[in-house]
Amino acid sequence: MNQHVTPRLNRRSFVIGTAALGGGLAVGLDIPFGGPQVVRAADGSPEVNAWVVIRPDDTVVIRIARSEMGQGSLTGLAQLVAEELACDWSKVTTEYPTPGQNVARKRVWGDFSTGGSRGIRSSQDYVRKGGAAARMMLIQAAADEWKVPAAECTAANSVITHKASGKTTTYGKVAEAAAKLSPPADVKLKDPKDWTLIGKGVKRLDTADKVTGAMVYGADIKLPNMLNAAIKDCPVTGGKLKSFDEAKIAGMKGVKKVVTVDGTAVAVVADTWWHAKTALDALPIVWDEGPNAKVSSESIGKWLAEGLESGPAFVGNENGDAKAALAGAVKKVEAVYNYPYQNHATMEPMNATALYTADRCEVWCGTQNGEAAFAAVLEASGLPADKCEVHKLILGGGFGRRGQTDYVRQAVKIAKEMPGTPIKLLWSREEDMTHGRYHPITQCKLTGGFDADNNLTALHMRISGQSILFSLRPDALVNGKDPATFQGLAPSGEATIGYSVPNLLIEHAMRNPHINPGFWRGVNVNQNAIYLECFMDELANAIGQDPLEFRRKLMSKNPKHLAVLNAVAEKIGWGTPAPEGVYRGLAQLHGYGSYVAGAAEISVIDGTKIKVHRIVASTDPGYVVNPAQVERQIAGSFVYGLSALFYGGCTVKDGRIEQTNFDSYNSMRIAEMPKVESIMIPSGGFWGGVGEPTIGVAAPAVLNAFFAATGKRIRSVPLRDQNITFA
Amino acid sequence: MANLTINGKVFNLDVEPDTPLLWAIRENAGLTGTKYGCGIAQCGACTVHLDGAAVRSCGVTVSEAQGKQITTIEGLASDNGLHKVQQAWLENDVPQCGYCQSGMIMAVAALLKDNPKPSDQDINDAITNICRCGTFAQVREAIHIAANA
Ligand code: FES
Ligand code: FES
Repeated sequence: MNQHVTPRLNRRSFVIGTAALGGGLAVGLDIPFGGPQVVRAADGSPEVNAWVVIRPDDTVVIRIARSEMGQGSLTGLAQLVAEELACDWSKVTTEYPTPGQNVARKRVWGDFSTGGSRGIRSSQDYVRKGGAAARMMLIQAAADEWKVPAAECTAANSVITHKASGKTTTYGKVAEAAAKLSPPADVKLKDPKDWTLIGKGVKRLDTADKVTGAMVYGADIKLPNMLNAAIKDCPVTGGKLKSFDEAKIAGMKGVKKVVTVDGTAVAVVADTWWHAKTALDALPIVWDEGPNAKVSSESIGKWLAEGLESGPAFVGNENGDAKAALAGAVKKVEAVYNYPYQNHATMEPMNATALYTADRCEVWCGTQNGEAAFAAVLEASGLPADKCEVHKLILGGGFGRRGQTDYVRQAVKIAKEMPGTPIKLLWSREEDMTHGRYHPITQCKLTGGFDADNNLTALHMRISGQSILFSLRPDALVNGKDPATFQGLAPSGEATIGYSVPNLLIEHAMRNPHINPGFWRGVNVNQNAIYLECFMDELANAIGQDPLEFRRKLMSKNPKHLAVLNAVAEKIGWGTPAPEGVYRGLAQLHGYGSYVAGAAEISVIDGTKIKVHRIVASTDPGYVVNPAQVERQIAGSFVYGLSALFYGGCTVKDGRIEQTNFDSYNSMRIAEMPKVESIMIPSGGFWGGVGEPTIGVAAPAVLNAFFAATGKRIRSVPLRDQNITFA
Repeated sequence: MANLTINGKVFNLDVEPDTPLLWAIRENAGLTGTKYGCGIAQCGACTVHLDGAAVRSCGVTVSEAQGKQITTIEGLASDNGLHKVQQAWLENDVPQCGYCQSGMIMAVAALLKDNPKPSDQDINDAITNICRCGTFAQVREAIHIAANA
C-alpha cells in the first residue's frame, strides 16, 4: 500500500502571494477606488466603486465575486449590497469580475473561493460596506449638484431626495459625478432590525435563462473555429500513460490530433466531441498502473481498521481522562462505524475551454475558485498573470468538486499543443466518476462508559482514515494534524460538539490511501455526525432512555445546539404516537457556524425497503438573507445527503474506482423524497453557512429511525451495499 | 448526412446515422439547451420530445429520429410566450444550478400533455430525472401550478 501521497503545490496561496506583493489583501473599502480617475465597466458605465456600476438608465450592476453553482448566493450577495445601496431591486443585475481583473486591481473583490458555505458569511461585511459607500457617494454627488448638505438628503429605491427643496434625482443621473468622488472614510452599516431586503425571500436573479435552455454552462461554450477534446487519464492514481496505438484511429471521422497530457492522460481532439469520444474509445491504450495497482477496498478497509486499534493519533478534543474513566465504567458500549469514498457527481461533468497563443491564454469554465483556476492557467501555460484570463461561467453543480482545477490544467495543456485554436475539453460521465476528488474514507470506533447511575462518564472516539488537507492544503495542517477532521466534534470554533461529557477523547489516526480526496458538500460533518449521533442513540438505548431526553441532559451548556434540536423534536411530534408503522429518528450538529438538527419519520418494509414519510430540519445560521433560498438549500442538502446514504459508495478494485456512471452510482429521484419541513430560527450576532450544515443530519436521522423501526443498527454507508433501498 | 426536423425547422446535418440524437442536437444543430449528463439514458438531462413523447436523446440515434418532429427546450415556448411549465418554473423559482432543468421541464411538459392533472403518484411514476441539487419539492409544486394554470 502506498501510504503517503505527495502533497501538491498549493495553487491558491500562490496567487494570493502574488497579489499580496502588490499591496496586501486589499478588499472593499480599503483601496481608493472611485476618485478623479473614473473606472468604467465594459459598456462605459461608471463604477461608483468596485461593487457597484450604475448605468444612465438606472440599471444597477452588482459585482459578484463568489461563484454561483445553484446555491443562490449570487442573489443573496446582491441583496446584501442592494440593502445598503438603497437601490431599486427590480433594476438590479449582476456580473462576475474576472480573476485576472482581481489580480490586476490588487484583489479589490477579495476572495473568489466558493466553498465551505462561506459565499455569504465571509463576505457579508465588506460587500454591505461596498453598497453603503456607493450610496453615500451617490447622495454626495446629488447634494453637490444642489449645493445642499448631504446630510439633508435621503436615498430610497434608487431615488435621492432633498426634502426641504423637494428636489429629486436618480442614481443613474448622478453616477458619473459620484464615481469621481473619494470614497467615504467612515461607513456605517444599517442595524439588522432596519433591513428591508435582507431577510426577504426574493426570487433568484438567474432563473430566466435556466428555463429556456439559454443559460450557457461551460459545456455549452462555442468559440469560432473551436475543436473538442475527450480525455482518459490513467485509471489508477499514481500511474502513467505507457503507450497508445494512434494508427488504429487514423482516418476516423473528424479526428484532428491525439495529445498526451502530463504523461498520465491521453486526449483526442476532433471537430465534434462525439467524434473525439468515439475515437478515444477506439484507441488502444496501455497504462503503467504504478504502485497502487493492487489496492482494493478490502486492503484500505483493513489498513484503516488497524488504525482504530493502534498507532499514533492526533488529538482533536480532550477533557478529563477518558481511557481511565472507561476502565472504571460500570457499563461500556462500543461500536465501529465506517464511511466510504463518494463522488460529487455534479450534473454537468467537468469541462473547460482554453485558447492558447504564444503570448496569451484564456480559459472559459465553471469554477468554485476563480483565482485557483487562474493560477492553474498560469502554471499550465507558463505565461505571466497579465497574459492570462479566466472567464467564469455558471456551474452545473459544484458541491466542492469544482474547487479543484485538474480539468482546467488539462484543457490548457491540450490547447498548448494547438496554438490559436480554442479547445473545449469535456469529460465523459465515466471519466468524471472515476477521476473524482472523493469524499474521504474513514472508520470510527466509539466507546462510551456509564457509572452505576447511568450517567455517561466517558466517551472515546477514534477516527481512522483520510485527511483532505493532507492532500489539498498541506499548509493548513497544524503540526501534521488536520483540524478539519474534527468538524462537528471540536471543543471550540464553528463546528463544535454539542455534548458535555466529563471524560472525552476524540482522536484521529491519519491514514491516506492513494485515492484523491476532496471537499465534498458537508465535508467531514457527513461521517462525523453519523458516528456521533447514531452512537448517542446507541448509548441511550443501552440504558433504556429516550434518545431525545438522553441528549438533552448532556446539552445544558450548549443552548444553541439544544434549541434547534428541540425545534425539530417538537415539530415532528417527538413523544407523541407516530402513525401506525412509522418510526422516528433525530440528530443535531454544529457546522459552518450554523446550528442544525433534523428529524425523520420512516417506515420499513421487509426490513430492507425504506419509505421516508417526513423530514423536519431546523437551522440557526445567525442571519437569514433569503429564506426562500435557505429553504431550497436545506431541502437540496437532504437530497444530496440521503442520496449519499442510500447510494453513495465508490469502491476500489485493482487500484481504481469501480463505479462508472449513474447506473452503478445512483441518485435519488422525486418519488423517494418528501418535502422537507424547514424551521429557521436565526438568533443573530453571528453569520453561519447554509448550503452544507444540514446535510450532516440527514443520514443519522434516518439511520436512527431505521433502528427504531427494526432494532437493527446500521453502521456502514451506503445502504446499497446492505441491500437496503427505497421502498 | 441527415435531415432532422427540430423545433419545426429542417436541419441538414453532416452527421453519421448512428450518432446519438443528443450530440446531433448539441453539436451539429448547435442547440445546447439539451444537456449531457450520463449518455446512458439514466439521468434525463437530455430529454426532448419525439413526435410529442419524451425521450432521452442520448439513447436515440439520428436515424431513429429522422422523419419525426423533434422538440427541444428551445422550441417549447410558442409565439404566445413561454410554455405553462416554464411559467410555473419561473413562478416557483425551481432551478438551482439549472443543469438538469431543461430535461426536467421537457419530461413534465410531455407528462401534462398526456395527463393534464397528474396526482403525486402519477408524478412519481413519470418523472425519474436526476437532480443533484435536489429541487424535487419545487418541481412537484411547479407541476401542480402548471396543471392548474
Ligand atoms: S444524458 Fe441522456 S439520460 Fe443522461
Ligand atoms: S438544478 Fe442542479 S441538478 Fe437539478
